[in-house]
Amino acid sequence: MEHPQEKNGRPRIGFYICHCGSNIASMIDVAEVQQYIAALPGVKVSRDYKYMCSDPGQEMIAQDIREHKLERLVVAACSPNLHEETFRKAAVKGGLNAFYFQMVNIREHAAWVHTDRRSATEKTKDLARAAVYRVHFHKALEKRQVPVSPEVLVVGGGIAGIHAALTLANAGKKVTLVEREATIGGHMAMFDKTFPTLDCAACILTPKMSAVKSHPNITLWTYSEVVQVEGYVGNYKVTVKRKPRYIKEDLCVGCMECIDACVFKEPKFSDKFNQGLGKRKPIYIDFPQATPKVVLIDPQTCIQFKTGKCKKTCVESCDREAIDFAQKEEMRELQVGAIVLATGFKTFDAKREPHYGYGRYPGVFTALEIERLVNASGPTAGEVVGRDGKHPRAVGIIHCVGSRDEKTNKWCSRVCCMYSLKLAHLIQEHSGAEVYNFYIDMRAPGKAYEEFYDKLLAEGVHFVRGRVAEVTDWAMTPEEEGRLVLRVEDTLAGFVRRIPVDMVVLSTGLEPQADAQAVRRCFNIGCGSEGFFQERHPKLAPVNTFTDGIFIAGACQAPKDIPDTVAQAGAAAAEALVLIDSGHVELEPNTSYVVEEECSGCKSCVPLCPYTAISFDGEKKKAMINEVLCKGCGVCVAACPSGSIRQNLFDDDEIFSEIEGVMAK
Amino acid sequence: MNKNSESVPSGKGESLPSRHGGPMPAEPKIVAFFCNWCTYTAADLAGVSRLKYAPNVRVIRVMCSGRVDPQFVLDAFARGADGVLLGGCHPGDCHYAEGNYKTLRRMRMLARMLKDMGIHDGRFRLEWISGAEGDKVKAVVNDMTAKVRALGPLNMPDRFKEWDKEMVHAR
Repeated sequence: MEHPQEKNGRPRIGFYICHCGSNIASMIDVAEVQQYIAALPGVKVSRDYKYMCSDPGQEMIAQDIREHKLERLVVAACSPNLHEETFRKAAVKGGLNAFYFQMVNIREHAAWVHTDRRSATEKTKDLARAAVYRVHFHKALEKRQVPVSPEVLVVGGGIAGIHAALTLANAGKKVTLVEREATIGGHMAMFDKTFPTLDCAACILTPKMSAVKSHPNITLWTYSEVVQVEGYVGNYKVTVKRKPRYIKEDLCVGCMECIDACVFKEPKFSDKFNQGLGKRKPIYIDFPQATPKVVLIDPQTCIQFKTGKCKKTCVESCDREAIDFAQKEEMRELQVGAIVLATGFKTFDAKREPHYGYGRYPGVFTALEIERLVNASGPTAGEVVGRDGKHPRAVGIIHCVGSRDEKTNKWCSRVCCMYSLKLAHLIQEHSGAEVYNFYIDMRAPGKAYEEFYDKLLAEGVHFVRGRVAEVTDWAMTPEEEGRLVLRVEDTLAGFVRRIPVDMVVLSTGLEPQADAQAVRRCFNIGCGSEGFFQERHPKLAPVNTFTDGIFIAGACQAPKDIPDTVAQAGAAAAEALVLIDSGHVELEPNTSYVVEEECSGCKSCVPLCPYTAISFDGEKKKAMINEVLCKGCGVCVAACPSGSIRQNLFDDDEIFSEIEGVMAK
Repeated sequence: MNKNSESVPSGKGESLPSRHGGPMPAEPKIVAFFCNWCTYTAADLAGVSRLKYAPNVRVIRVMCSGRVDPQFVLDAFARGADGVLLGGCHPGDCHYAEGNYKTLRRMRMLARMLKDMGIHDGRFRLEWISGAEGDKVKAVVNDMTAKVRALGPLNMPDRFKEWDKEMVHAR
């Protein structure tokens, strides 16, 4: 390997260090670094500038390249994840190959994380020197262009997935919407009204659900799950498992005759859609507007599946002959260019806060159960009654159950304050009961949200500021007898209160889906520490992930309300559209290749490649790397005993020179 | 810079010429190799979150921890690094499916070799740090810096010089 200092015809290097306003300059002596680098061999230009990424900054670089005939470019600024592309373009503008450039991360990796100016400056010198040494070995490269499949997969059929699918389909793109449950609609379909406008959730959602079903560009696969994702941006191969619903979907018209005909005369099995408050038969449909409007059979409860000896009255009743007990699980494959993940959330399990008595006292409900109770199409047709069949005289709503709590989830779930207000309004309207809200802080930061809170105050709903200590049935006065008592410190009044009620509503927070980790692994994206999918940048790339071509929308990214979810779904659809409309993607040219003359044909690299990009040419007795399949991890490069595999952008020369540069004095 | 470094350190223990008298040892310098997708991103996150940690680590970005040739580690030590830190995705989370398993396999072996060369196990560290674990970057860097500082300078280049002198006498 050639030593940079010994290299003849050393390239002409330009070095630029950014102040980033005061972000970098306040912790790093940029002038000192600039002067230090200027003295290194090969460096022809060294400058510091207030904002390197600004137009004048980029222009300065381009001009210097032309004027000083620079052959390499080093910029010390922020993370390459942020501005690598910016400076590559500046290099190209000046007439230099984009890959003659190296970026030094001195903001995220130095200025922002250190407190001692002297040592931060020394570190910066080391890092900058390493890049200067490294660029000697850079080669001119071109990005690889690969065609993009024009179809999109949307995973999750809640409001986010529905909106994203419709947006893409309306733009003329072919979309496949995959939903795990038997119907699309997600959580929103369970809600009665939406805050703060109180428009009925079904009235605004079901037209969109029907539009999905009837859209010529959308293929809707409900009761289906993605099981495998292969490929890369623009060219994903997705395997979807279609679970058997034991009904031929194309024949069923949703007349529901079969449900009436079922040998179970009365519904007797817990109804998941109604949060277990209602009952269903083994053959059922989740709710009247379910989309697709196709029934399904639950093999766990159907007598035919359990004993094989049912009279099969359902089959007799179906003149379309849609019932098929022999239906099997199917695997389907899709080829898509982009994927939008809108897998939503799950609500906090209220049993994890046992002092609130959920599951112990029949009078304690979760907010989602109350949504079903106040819903006109719910199990009680909108009547607010307890599990004992009695109408409550007083109802207590406890906020922040499983939110803002060191013991469970630290985050604010964002929607609970507002949906609690909505439920308070609806309970009062439906039952005339006294309603108490127990809150830590009222959080109403949305359009017309604070006004909605004011409206509730005027309606006579009680607000008690304090985290409820306990829900108990231990009565201390005759008034409390047979009721539930909320013990709470009223932090505004400054004393502890006991408030007897007949019904307790737990405003449970939003959590990542139980299988969020498995899903993110399947799609090769990341999760934050709390388990929600990680966006590429919290501000500037909120729907992108670190895996190109995979976008996220809705509550799978973080708790959010419907307006934000729809906005984000639109953004994800737009990003997917940008990708597939361009017709091709450019991939980093960081692939590996075999130097044939040096390859000894030992084959140790062949089994290492996770993408089977390496094959062995039996005739030549040499390994070969298929550039199209190679993703540029470099595992084979590190493993090759004869050093005959090289990697563009991360070759041995480049990394060894970086080590040398870091350690040089 | 020599990939096929023939001068493999062989000394045992960590006795140093500068330990008896002489100037205060310099701050330790640690070379780190961070994978682009997890640990490098975590270090970015630590920055964005303004977490504060020791300024002793110099990060070299690689696409995957599996790209790290054991010779990179040896080279860093040979050039005077007091510690080498390797950061990759958690098992099962590798952006390239299983690159980090290969890293683990190689680095286990390398750690044994380093020990035989008299390079204390605290000086070479492999950590799984996901893109969300900015706080772990801080914890690992601070912890490793403290431990390496306590071990004192490794000073391989000076040792090479001494050994070279010994070789002259041997001739």
